[in-house]
Amino acid sequence: MPKITFIDVDGNSRECEVPNGISVMEGAIQNGIEGILAICGGSCACSTCHSYIDEAWMDAVGKPDDIEDSTLELAMDRRPNSRLTCQIEVTDALDGLVVRVAQNDG
Amino acid sequence: MATAPYIVIGGGQAGLQVCDSLRKLGYEGELLLIAEEPVLPYQRPPLSKHYLGGELDATRLSFRPASHYEKLRVELRLGLRVTSIDRERREVVCSDGSRVPYGRLALTTGTRVRELTCAGADHPAVCYVRTLADSDRLRAALDVARRLVVVGGGFIGLEVAAIARKQGREVVVIEALDRLMARAVSPQISDFYAGLHRDHGVDLRLSTGVTAIEPAASGVHVLTDGDGACPADVVVAGIGVVANDEIAAAAGLECRNGIVVDVCARTSDPLIVAAGDCTMHMNGFLGRELRLESVQNAVDQARVAASTMCGRPEPYNQVPWFWSDQYDVKLQMAGIGMPCEHSVLRGDPAAGGFSYFYFRDGRLSGADSVNRPADHMACRRLLAQGTMITPAQVGDEGVDLMQIARG
Repeated sequence: MPKITFIDVDGNSRECEVPNGISVMEGAIQNGIEGILAICGGSCACSTCHSYIDEAWMDAVGKPDDIEDSTLELAMDRRPNSRLTCQIEVTDALDGLVVRVAQNDG
Repeated sequence: MATAPYIVIGGGQAGLQVCDSLRKLGYEGELLLIAEEPVLPYQRPPLSKHYLGGELDATRLSFRPASHYEKLRVELRLGLRVTSIDRERREVVCSDGSRVPYGRLALTTGTRVRELTCAGADHPAVCYVRTLADSDRLRAALDVARRLVVVGGGFIGLEVAAIARKQGREVVVIEALDRLMARAVSPQISDFYAGLHRDHGVDLRLSTGVTAIEPAASGVHVLTDGDGACPADVVVAGIGVVANDEIAAAAGLECRNGIVVDVCARTSDPLIVAAGDCTMHMNGFLGRELRLESVQNAVDQARVAASTMCGRPEPYNQVPWFWSDQYDVKLQMAGIGMPCEHSVLRGDPAAGGFSYFYFRDGRLSGADSVNRPADHMACRRLLAQGTMITPAQVGDEGVDLMQIARG
């Protein structure tokens, strides 16, 4: 099972095993990662699963599509490595991924 | 003096959010969530979309795993119904006869489906979509069905119709009004969706009322005041919902098509707040009372309710937004566009992506976007900030709305 390291806004880091086929957002929720709210449940409608992808992983994760790119406009402090984690599907290719959770609450 | 627990009644999106927000705001006392359904709180939007289509399993519907509630010290009482609120003794009375004292109370009781009342409406072929059990029942029925009749051309009915067409079922949609989703979108959007569903092979019957459902040799016949009977193996009724306000009303709280709350989510009892689909609320952004059925309202109003419970009331003034997925088309609605004086088209419906922006009293009131998320997001930001924008600007694709929204 791929391992993903989540770093929350307070800097706490945790490596979690996340099954293939679900989203990085769902992996965070299942593991109780603070700061991933996912209010819309993964419909790419709210931006509250916003995170920053570790620079080394940006190519592997890829770029947001048009819908996600627009939805990211709602996020606070958008950066070049911003992604909505509900739109990233976990695969073996993402084993080792490092994700920093953005400020999503308020 | 030990304080009695805060109790949240109702395990939907608003109920969970009240619990989360109370802890975030620093409430350290006992916290109980009482929910009628016997499962962990779950997302409802997929019940008429991906879940119904078999693309998601039930475990992925839960908002949070059980460990979340332990971590938050939220005591879950699932499968339990609150039958009444004893405001004098400050206790809730449950279906198992237990009485639980409360310090403060949050009502997030949601809604239930409006049921068909015509003759034969109690036939087992008639399904609804509100709960996980409803969706499971419909999913099983669709598996073996050939012909589906949908009563009601609103979001739920049309989402179900789209899923059923994808599965190759014959689908008839019967709508009493002369256009689809009439309560939520403009006539232009309704027309676009009528075309979309007809293009996907849906037999759409507008301005048609259902008069009876009669048993047939196989399945039922749905009788209408229009042409002919519609044979069906499954009937789905999506004709709206009713606020669950009975226990509030019985406790003497003001109710009017929902539990009446002020802009800080307070009911007429200072110890009781309410949030989500069940409330008739004063919306600070719109400056009027209304009842909203949406994820946005559940979450944002629940946060306000939790603040009030913590003695830090703040007004509810968020921009409403909604979405609906039908086929591969994403409909996103920002603000409350209708009624409006002007509607302005941006983009090209024939090209598949467009928005209608609405203006009321000379100001932007909302937008409906079809496969145009950038317009939707820009509209939400423009509305939230109160940025002035003209019909000419939104109608000109050369004008970057997001740039204006960014300020």
